[in-house]
Parts: sequence; C-alpha cells; structure tokens
Amino acid sequence: MSNTILKIENVTMQFGGVTAIDNLSFEVQKGQIYGLIGPNGAGKTTIFNIITGNLFPTSGFVVFEENDITGTKPNRVVYKGIARTFQNIRLFKSMTVLENILIGCDAEANYSYLEAIFRLPRYFKREKEIKEKAYKLLDIFGITEFANTNATALSYGNQRKVEIARALATNPKLLLLDEPAAGMNSNETAELSNIIHKIKKDFNLTILLIEHDMKFVNAMCDKLTVLDYGANIFEGKPADAIVNEKVISAYLGDFSHA
Amino acid sequence: MNLDIFLQQLVNGASLGSMYALIAIGYTMVYGVLRLINFAHGDIMMVGAFLTFFGTSAGFPFELAVLLGIIGSAIIGILTDKIAYKPLRDAPKISLLITAIGISFFLENLFTVLFGSTPKAFKAPEYLTKIFHVGNIYLPISVIIIPTVTLAILAIVLWILYKTKYGMAIRALAFDIQTVKLMGIDADRIIMIVFIIGSALAAIGGVFYAVSYPSIDPLMGIIVGLKAFAAAVLGGIGSVGGAVVGGFILGFTEIFVVAMFPELGGYKDAFAFFFLILVLLFRPTGIMGQDLERGRF
Amino acid sequence: MKNLIRNIVLIVATLLFIFYAQKNFDSYTLSILNNIGIFAILALSYNLINGVAGQFSLEPNGFVAIGAYFTAIFLLPADAKVDMFALVDPAPIILQMKAQFIPAVLMGGIAASIIALLLSLPVFRVRGDYLAIVTLGFGFIIRIFAINNPAYTNGAMGLNDIPSNANFIWIGIFTLVTFIAMIHIIYSKYGRAMKSVRDDEDAATAMGINTFKMKTYAFMTSAFFEGIGGGLLASMLTTITPDQFSFLLTFQLLIIIVLGGLGSMSGALIATILVMGGMEWLRFLDDNIILFGVDFGAHPGTRMVVFSILLIIMMLFARKGILGDKELLAYFKKKSK
Repeated sequence: MSNTILKIENVTMQFGGVTAIDNLSFEVQKGQIYGLIGPNGAGKTTIFNIITGNLFPTSGFVVFEENDITGTKPNRVVYKGIARTFQNIRLFKSMTVLENILIGCDAEANYSYLEAIFRLPRYFKREKEIKEKAYKLLDIFGITEFANTNATALSYGNQRKVEIARALATNPKLLLLDEPAAGMNSNETAELSNIIHKIKKDFNLTILLIEHDMKFVNAMCDKLTVLDYGANIFEGKPADAIVNEKVISAYLGDFSHA
Repeated sequence: MNLDIFLQQLVNGASLGSMYALIAIGYTMVYGVLRLINFAHGDIMMVGAFLTFFGTSAGFPFELAVLLGIIGSAIIGILTDKIAYKPLRDAPKISLLITAIGISFFLENLFTVLFGSTPKAFKAPEYLTKIFHVGNIYLPISVIIIPTVTLAILAIVLWILYKTKYGMAIRALAFDIQTVKLMGIDADRIIMIVFIIGSALAAIGGVFYAVSYPSIDPLMGIIVGLKAFAAAVLGGIGSVGGAVVGGFILGFTEIFVVAMFPELGGYKDAFAFFFLILVLLFRPTGIMGQDLERGRF
Repeated sequence: MKNLIRNIVLIVATLLFIFYAQKNFDSYTLSILNNIGIFAILALSYNLINGVAGQFSLEPNGFVAIGAYFTAIFLLPADAKVDMFALVDPAPIILQMKAQFIPAVLMGGIAASIIALLLSLPVFRVRGDYLAIVTLGFGFIIRIFAINNPAYTNGAMGLNDIPSNANFIWIGIFTLVTFIAMIHIIYSKYGRAMKSVRDDEDAATAMGINTFKMKTYAFMTSAFFEGIGGGLLASMLTTITPDQFSFLLTFQLLIIIVLGGLGSMSGALIATILVMGGMEWLRFLDDNIILFGVDFGAHPGTRMVVFSILLIIMMLFARKGILGDKELLAYFKKKSK
C-alpha cells in the first residue's frame, strides 16, 4: 500500500504542432502540499485539465490511488475524490454564496428528481444534512455572514474562499488549487495560507497547488515540480528550487543565447 | 430511372443546392466569428428578393433592382449587427439568440405589413427565363446560370478568405476573438465585413429563388433559412467550403429522393431536419468542419 | 414552519378562487381565464429549459401540438373518429386509443416528454447551440408529419368535436400543479444544478454535475407540461388543425418569459397576464389604423411588428425582465431584513 496518491506518468500533450506537456512525470504523496510552478504558459493549468479529465493526453497516464483514471470524464473525476478551483474564479454568478457551496454538497445529496418534485421525506432529510454541512464550511472559512449574499458581491479574497469551500464540499481526497493567491495582498495571502493548512489537517487532504508567488510557495509546499515548456526541469524542495540554475534561467529567460 | 430523368433531376438539384449553398455560407461565416446562429439570416434572403421585386415594380431595370436588393440586404445585415448584436457582445449567449429571433420575427412581419402576405409574382427578365429543350430534358437557363454563378461566388469568397488581409482577419477571429482584439485589429470592422458578405450572398440566393419559383412571400425565408443552416452544419459549421458542399448535398437529396420515391414528396422539407439529427448523432463537426467548440480553459 | 403555513394558505386561496370563478363568472370571463391558464402552464414550463437551465430552445409549439393530438385522439370515441377521418380510414391503433380526461391529458404530456428524450440524445451530447435550431425545425416537422399521416391525424383537416372537459377548474388546478412542480424543482439540488449549467457549464461539470443529464431532465420536464398544456388546449378549443401550432405560439411564450424574467416562475405568471392583455389591447393595430384623421388602412402583422420591437428593446435595455431570475417572495424576504 504505497503512500502515493497521484502519479503523473510520462504525460505528453500535443495540440496540433504544439507540445504543451512534454513527457512529464511526478508523484504526489498523501498529505503533501505539492507545488506546480513555472513561467507563464509552461503548462501548469494544462496538466490540471488533464488530471480532471477536461483534456485527454496524447500519451501517458494519470494514476490516482493506484487506479488509472486517464481520460475519466470531468464530472466523474469528482466522484473519484479530486476537486479543483480555477485560475479566474468561476463561481456561479446568479447564485448566493450558500447556493454555490450547496452545489458542491449536492454530490452526496442522494434524492431523486421525483422525490424533489413530490417533496418526499428523503428530500427534506438530505437538504437538511447538506445545509448543515454547508454552514459548517462557511464557518471554517469565516464567511457565514455572506451566506445569502450573491457570490459576485464579495471581495476577491472572499470569492476565492467560496470557491475553495465549494470544492471542499465535494469531499475530495485531492484538492487542486489553481493560483489560489492570485490577486491577493499579503494579508489575504497569509490568511489563505492558514486556511489551507487547517483544511488539509481537518479534512485529511492532499493538495496540489499551482502558484506564482514564490513566498507563498515557500511557506506552503513540502515539495514541488518546476515546469518549463511543459517539461519537468526540477523536482524537489522549494528551498532547493530557488537556487537551481535551470529554474532560474527558465524564469529569467536565457540571456546568454539572446 | 432513365438517363433523361436523371439528368433532369441533376440540374434541378444543382440549382436548388446552389441556393442553399449561398445562404449557408452566410450562416457559417457569422457562426464562425460570433458563435451565433443568426436566425435573421434566412429572412435576409427574403429581404433581397423583395427589394429586387420592389425595384422592378418601381420600373428599374432588372440588374439595377438586383443591385438594390444586394445593397439593401447588406445594409440590413450591418444594421442588425450594429443595433442588436454588437451591444450584446459580452452578454450571455442566450440573450443574443433571443434577440436574433426577435429580429427574424420583426423582418417577417415588417415585410408582411409592407407588401402583404399573399405571394407576389416575380418578373424576371427574358434572358433568365428562357427554357431550352435538350432531348427530353426541360432546361430553364436559370438552372445553368445559378450553379455557375454560385461556384464563381464561392471562388471569390475563398479568395477573399485566403488571399486577402481581411480574409485572414476573419479566419483569425473565428479561431480566437480575444487574441485578435489584442493584436489591434478592429474586430467590429471585420464582423461588419462578414455580415456584408453573408447578407449579399443571401440576397443573391433570394433573387435566384425568386427566379426559379416565381413567387415570393414574406415567410419564404424561414424554411429555406432553416434548411440552409442544416446544410451548413452538414458540411461543417464554420467552413465555407463545407457550407457549399452541404448545400449541394441537401439540394440533390431533396430532388432525387422525391423523384425516386414520390410518396415521400410531402416530407421533402423534413430531410434537412433528419440530416441535422444524423450529423449531431454521428459526426458533429460535419463533413469538412473542425471542432469549434472545444472548451476553453 | 412559517413557510409551510404560508404555502398552504396560498394554495387553498387559489383553489377557492378557481372554484368560485368557475361557478360565478360569465362564460366570456371564464374563456379569458382559461386562455391565461393554459398560456401560464406553457410559459412556466418553457421557463424551465430556457430560463432555469439556460438552454435556448424553441420547442413549445411542437410539444403543444403533440400533446394536443395525443389527448384529442384519446378523448375522441372510436365511432367519431371513423366519421371524422375523411381522407383515409383511421389506423387501427387510433381507434383503440381511448381514455378518460385526466389520463388523456397526461398521455399528451408523456408522449411529448418521450420525444423530448429522443431529441436530447443528439442535441445535448454535442456542445454548441443546436437546441434552438433543432427545436425550431422540430416544430415544422411536426406539422409536416401531421399533414402527411392522415390515417393517424386526419391530415390537414385536423380533429374536431373533441370532448370539452377542460373547464377552468381543471385548467386552474393544472396551472397550480405546474407552478408548484416548477418551484419544487428550482428549490432542490436539481434546480441548483440546472442553474449552475446555465451560469457556467464547465464549472458545473467540475463540481460533479452531469450536465447532459440536467439538460435532459429540464427539457423532458418542459416538454411534459407543454404536452399537458396542449392536451388542455385541445379539449378547450374542441378543434385542432396542424396549422394552429405555428412558431407564433413559441414567440409569444418567449416574450412572456423574457418579460417576466428568465428563470422566475412568478415572473412568468405575471408576464402571461400582461402579454395576453397586451396582445388583446394591441389587436386594433391589425385593423384599420386611423391616425389624426388619416386612414392608413389595415395592415395585418403590425401588431407583431410592435411586439418584435418590444422584445428587441427588452433584450437591449431590460434583459432581466420584471423579476430578474428570482421569485416574487424573495423580494419580500429582503425587505423584512
């Protein structure tokens, strides 16, 4: 019984003539906070999309809990235990904060369409359960006061919290966060960092994180992979990444060949 | 089926297919750049026919009336975009679609008010209505002119798309509208050109239709428009060549199936619908299309 | 608990009104109420696929036709059919179809929803906006089928002398039932899922929602109630022909749900009354128009020109309609905070 929860095995992704992911491999252990960093366009969101089934890799495998889940449909990936947030916060704009989170909870609310229409007992039972769960999540993230506010009316930082809470509501084992600290000031970033550590502990999560903010990455990640042009140019501890030649030249460009 | 009848149906099919093709090009180009099914497009065909009719009734020579029809349709196309679609560029898609239906219904009823709902006889000039008899085949000259002109127009449109700057901009817009805007290209200008081309072609299609079935009515654009869109999907939505291929396939199918199975005659207008369902079931990108709808993340 | 009492009071009040009206109002008023009721049923169902699930569809006239024909055939006795079918003899199965009023109406709904399921498969599997075009074409195809299969439908002559069981009591009750069903769907995980598909389909998928299933549920439900509306319509009018179920019906419903606010069921109810009232009031536009003493003559179609312009203006400037996407009671809740 290995401790590896996610294994990216020799994944290559080609779009027409462009190689977005180049023979990428890395492993994430249970309970880790694992970082995925690299310059813009390196392929980080693309690998997320491959893990969640939005893209089917040209070759290679996505192995989750020792099962090959390559190409599983995105809505089924959630039931396997993987949830994600988006780089540009995709909350449901017409709904309140509570409703957004309930959508995440709905994954486990088992009642049928007819039970909903005829308001049979199971509807009431399950709705009560998920509402309690949703309020618990609101509490953890400190946004209970916004429960009945439209999601888009919140500050950017709070919207980000709603999105993470919503993903968390699906009971994931692995949480994919796509640039969660983007657009946040240092206070918000610190708060986010605390919340992520807390939910990781309380909910027994493994977290895979795409980020640009190196301070944040340093503080958060146990291990990381650096991507450049879709290839793995470094895998190891954040502290070692910062001083690695290949990593530095990837971020700065290679001036000696300019 | 003997050779005579076969050839007869062949030319009929080519003529009908041409009309579908001309209108389908407009649908496919607008869908390509705006991802919008321009429901009003079929009605533009009606507008072109009616403006031409109005021109001939007012005493203008036929050629001038046709020009009036084409220019008038292009103007209505541009106005439709400027007034109704452009303000909603960033609105949810459903708003655009509802507005397009509104424009379509508006044009149909406006022309009903202006011209009445009874069909009007369309007087085409002698040189378009001459009929040749080749053996047993009944060959109106229009049946030769229409496909020829259509293919010539197709060549021109393809030349514009692939050999001019504007054409390249149109194709780029169909691929990724955000990046095109970032490159400093006036996307609205390009979209306007797409509407001009599409509307002009639909007007020509309308004139051809009026010459072939010499009566026009304000609701003539609906069914033809629907079928032309189905043809565009069949050929591959977003592909101009596909629109033409789809148009001809539909035209030939309608003519030949009814010729071979006259009892199916009443279902002629339903073939387009069945093609649509078949395409969606088995090959959604159509015969020549690319996948325009791959999700963007 | 408070909500339950409020809801029960509202339902009882509505039922009392329905029975009172049927007993006491004159037949002209009742016929208006019947029309409003049926249009309300159609608008509420149309609102589900378009407004709540956000899938632009032009299906109503097609499913109304299906419901009307199925119900009419179930309601008509066999010998009436034998007499009525003038072009060819009725097909044997047509003669066998016989049912009481309510089951006949329900059959209309079931038939419509089965066809909706068949349409869902090619359309919803594919990305893109094909639902609108397919349903637009579907409306035309239904008419073609009705005309070309006289053994089943009596062709272009249509069906008449349909038993008229549809009085305001039945129509009123069906309207109430439709409204309650829609509200129950919206305030459940299925309504939430449909709205999420409307707001952001990719994010909905990322949250585990099977968007194909949700769209199909919405579409089939809309079809079911539109079929029921069609069945009630057939019984109310007692005569149906293939030409009756034209795109005009769908267009009117579209205006109604946009005016009421896409996604708001109470908005759809209010807008039904407004639009039907408006259509009647503006009827004079299709007759002789005399302005400042000048006779402009009669131009049929003027009324719909005005309505098309109204729709376009609404889309440009008042896209959210009267109630936006919320229910009437939600606005009262806010005020009490």
